[in-house]
Amino acid sequence: MTDLSKAGPMLEVTDLGHTYQGKDGAHDAIDALGFSVGAGELVCVVGPSGCGKSTLLRTIAGLVRPSRGAVSLHGSPVDGVPADLAVVFQDYSRSLFPWLSVQRNVEFPLRGLARAERASRAAEALASVGLDKAGRKYPWQLSGGMQQRVAIARALAYRPALLLMDEPFASVDAQTRFELEDLLLRVRREQDTTVLLVTHDIDESVYLGDRVLVLSKSPATVVAELTVDLGAERDQITTRASEEFVELRARVAGLLQGVPQQRSVPVEH
Amino acid sequence: MRRGPRFTAGLVGLVGLFLVWEAASRTGLVPEYYLRPPSVVLPTLVRLLGDVGFLRAVIATVLATLIAVALSVLIAVPAGLLLGSVSWVRRAMMTVVEFLRPIPAVALIPLALLTFGTGPDTKIVLATFAGLWPVLFNTMYALDELDPLHVQTARAFGVGRLGVLTRVALPSAAPFVLTGVRLTFAMSLAVVVSVELFSGGTIGLGQLVLEASAGASQMDVVLAGTVLAGVIGYAANAGLEKLNDRLFGWNARGGER
Repeated sequence: MTDLSKAGPMLEVTDLGHTYQGKDGAHDAIDALGFSVGAGELVCVVGPSGCGKSTLLRTIAGLVRPSRGAVSLHGSPVDGVPADLAVVFQDYSRSLFPWLSVQRNVEFPLRGLARAERASRAAEALASVGLDKAGRKYPWQLSGGMQQRVAIARALAYRPALLLMDEPFASVDAQTRFELEDLLLRVRREQDTTVLLVTHDIDESVYLGDRVLVLSKSPATVVAELTVDLGAERDQITTRASEEFVELRARVAGLLQGVPQQRSVPVEH
Repeated sequence: MRRGPRFTAGLVGLVGLFLVWEAASRTGLVPEYYLRPPSVVLPTLVRLLGDVGFLRAVIATVLATLIAVALSVLIAVPAGLLLGSVSWVRRAMMTVVEFLRPIPAVALIPLALLTFGTGPDTKIVLATFAGLWPVLFNTMYALDELDPLHVQTARAFGVGRLGVLTRVALPSAAPFVLTGVRLTFAMSLAVVVSVELFSGGTIGLGQLVLEASAGASQMDVVLAGTVLAGVIGYAANAGLEKLNDRLFGWNARGGER
């Protein structure tokens, strides 16, 4: 569903760089990153482990102030945490609040709304992830996959213009992962959410994305940008077996492997 | 009842203690004249519970302790949140805290008596002083344990610094705070009784024990008062433990902590 006709630049990242000042000197996590995400798009960012994907995401979320460059949302620069943005982290067990029920967790970001509105939004969001009966339970009473559904419901209830997902399915088993991937595709189709999803899984990036951005090793830059023409309806079995899918995943894999070693410190033997 | 076996075991321990006490007293291991056996002390305690003057003293002691505990919590929780979340305040205040904390509250009794007089103020102030530390330290260290991902999650949803403190840091620290309150109650009770023992004039369990011990004529009353102080401490601890199970079941089952 690469409906670019209505796609304004929802998110624009320009020349973004971030350097961590550590005890043993400076470390460039990301450098000269640039890309944009249109409204309604689902863009996957794939890159090797530890390449700075999480830094990129935290920078966009306003949780980390970048050393260089700029992020803008709806054309206005991001300075601090943007109001209409939600994040789903990888580690659901640590991002849900254990002292709140599932319902209260989903209501957590809806502080400013009236009580009834909060409740109805939370119920709606929980229903959309198939957890309409779990509202009164506590996160620790649910399986990992269900907990991550709660985290997704919480993000959806907030109705963000942009949904950021940081390796959201990396901590669940393969079967659950497929279910959650399809859930994400269905929900973003129904609600027309704009999603930027970071992953280290090549297959996942192709299966989910309208576009895939391939990052280099740290400091991360965008080495390639691929359009995924698999249509809106995707299926775990037939899509993954299709020629286009196989070809795309091979290209992404090649790009990831062909990335020249950009280590700042050469490895000595 | 899940509590059944534990309760029975506790009861066995208590009966054992009374048996040893009875034996020590009866065999003359400790002079019976001073250490009256429980077979004498417990009936005395029951008789005293029907005595208005005695009850008034007990209520005065318990009330002073409760006020001191409440004041400790009201002071130490906000202070702990502040020290735990603003690092320069913590650096500046830790020397003061580490200097004040080891001072035994009992050592301040003479000073406090002169400053606040022999009324209930003295025992409340001193018990508050003694009771501050467990709650302060537990709150502060609980904030060190605060999961950064919880904070990031809240911040990503646009929750500000104060909101993070009240909606994330405080509830996540609450079980630790309650553990602190349990310690605080025991310490406050001890200090309240000590001040009553010391200053004589103020009404309370300690003063009652002090008067009864004059000339060692009423040692059964002295021991009955002591046993009752233990019972109060035990009941408070058990009550707070129950409260903990009810409120913070999530904490025990969360696995990570």
